[in-house]
Amino acid sequence: MHLLLFNIYDQVRSLGWNGAFTLLRDGVVLGSLYSLVALGYTMVYGILKLLNFAHGDVFMVGAFIGFGVLAQLGGPLAPALGLVPLLLVMFAVAMLGSGILGVVIERFAYRPLRNAPRIAPLISALGVVFFLESSVQLITNSTHSEYSTFPVFGPLFTPMFSVAGNPVTVVQVLIVLTAIGLMAALMFLVYRTKLGKAMRATSFDREAASMMGIDTDRVISATFFIGSVLAGAAGVMYGLYLSDTYFFVGFLYGLKAFTAAVVGGIGSIPGAMLGGVLVGVVESFAGGYAGGQWKDIVVFGILILFLLVRPTGLLGSHAIQKV
Amino acid sequence: MTEAEITATEKAAPPAHPLLKLDSVDTYYGQIHILQGLNLEVQSGELVCLLGGNASGKSTTLKTILGIVQPRNGTVQFEGEDVTSRSTSYRIGKGIAIVPENRRLFGPMTVLENLEMGAYLHAGGAKEDFDRVYTLFPLLHERRRQLAGTLSGGEQQMVAMGRALMAKPRLLLMDEPSMGLAPILVERSFEIIKQVHESGVAMLIVEQNANVSLSIADRGYVLSTGRLVLEGPAAELREHEDLRKAYLGR
Repeated sequence: MHLLLFNIYDQVRSLGWNGAFTLLRDGVVLGSLYSLVALGYTMVYGILKLLNFAHGDVFMVGAFIGFGVLAQLGGPLAPALGLVPLLLVMFAVAMLGSGILGVVIERFAYRPLRNAPRIAPLISALGVVFFLESSVQLITNSTHSEYSTFPVFGPLFTPMFSVAGNPVTVVQVLIVLTAIGLMAALMFLVYRTKLGKAMRATSFDREAASMMGIDTDRVISATFFIGSVLAGAAGVMYGLYLSDTYFFVGFLYGLKAFTAAVVGGIGSIPGAMLGGVLVGVVESFAGGYAGGQWKDIVVFGILILFLLVRPTGLLGSHAIQKV
Repeated sequence: MTEAEITATEKAAPPAHPLLKLDSVDTYYGQIHILQGLNLEVQSGELVCLLGGNASGKSTTLKTILGIVQPRNGTVQFEGEDVTSRSTSYRIGKGIAIVPENRRLFGPMTVLENLEMGAYLHAGGAKEDFDRVYTLFPLLHERRRQLAGTLSGGEQQMVAMGRALMAKPRLLLMDEPSMGLAPILVERSFEIIKQVHESGVAMLIVEQNANVSLSIADRGYVLSTGRLVLEGPAAELREHEDLRKAYLGR
């Protein structure tokens, strides 16, 4: 223990302010991805009180769809499109594909269990996890796909600007801005549109919502679609930024995004955004100061701490119910 | 008569079918037989009350009308159309609205948004729908930006009624409108119900409070453990010996 604390102290000193900024930067970028995935967890929990553990794998499938689009368009060595249109197509197809996957999962894995005891859809969710992971494992032959190492994506990794000598690359700015843009669009949808209001009404009281003529099944489908679209976008960004995409990647990232949703307050949309960035930053600092092997310990330690001490999270109103 | 004449007489005649008709409805929750051969009708523009104590099947009747629960036998007809296998939203689109038990407002949403939800199938509510509701409840206009969950019980009752009226229903169902309200508010609430009814909306009011509901109703039904035990004009029911003993307490 003394040794660990000493090492941390030593790291903090040797990394200095520049190092701290780098860790903060990496944490915010990573956290933006967590936020986007956490939104899907929190929206589905808000409306169905269901922990959709398959959501991390929707994120993983999104990353692979992005890669598949790239392969279809001539592959990373000879892409048929320039960088910007290529990215746009990758994002569009991955988001749409993930969205449809989310709707299909709800329709076939959760809807038939809508009135079953709460443990049943949870087990069904775990079934979907294995189904998706094994399917992707078969399809991709367990390969690790990396898209960022190819020259076509080179411009993404050039510094866009520097803060006190620390470069911030194009892809980092792209991730943070895209995440902010998507979250702003989500807030607009949820608070300003008819569908969003129906989602909030259904989330608060499903039976009363149906008494207003709201087709709650459709609203639930739409919720899965929107959450999965965000996860698909995060998947492509993950592929671009962190590169190593393989069939199991959704498990760890899904759990961390889930942690983000719990920290922010499950069911709360602003909470998921805040929680994602917090978890990303904490993970980054833990890795930088205590060593990479501590990252997951610290993040999941926080998850346990929140579940024990403050299950409603920072901004949430309802606690996770035991299942 | 020629064929043309027959068609003409048919057109001139009042509609042969009631606005709402439950025809020997049996509803179950699992193995439990809740509604047992229930027959019930509401004519256009009529105010009907359905009385009964706890667990008599009153709320289940409303849920059956709305399609939230499906009857095992029997049919639900709205304006002569068999809607038994139709979805809740289809029935609401046809002109049924409800003020649910305990009001069931969307607490974290504003009064305005609650009203919009009431007009969900009518493109979110036209200006005249809002005007109509705000004329009936001027207070709601004042409070439109406030969260519904922060209002007092009486104000929430107004939101619940306003929300149901946003869709311009032809049949308004009311589930225990007097529940949880102070006596003075019950009185006011029923004045408003009367007013809405006089504007031409047919109503089915489910109540434990027989006294106040029979005072404004045209007809009444009395339900006991899922069976109708009494029915008739409200004035007759008020004088009925059994009912007086059981519900009116005098």
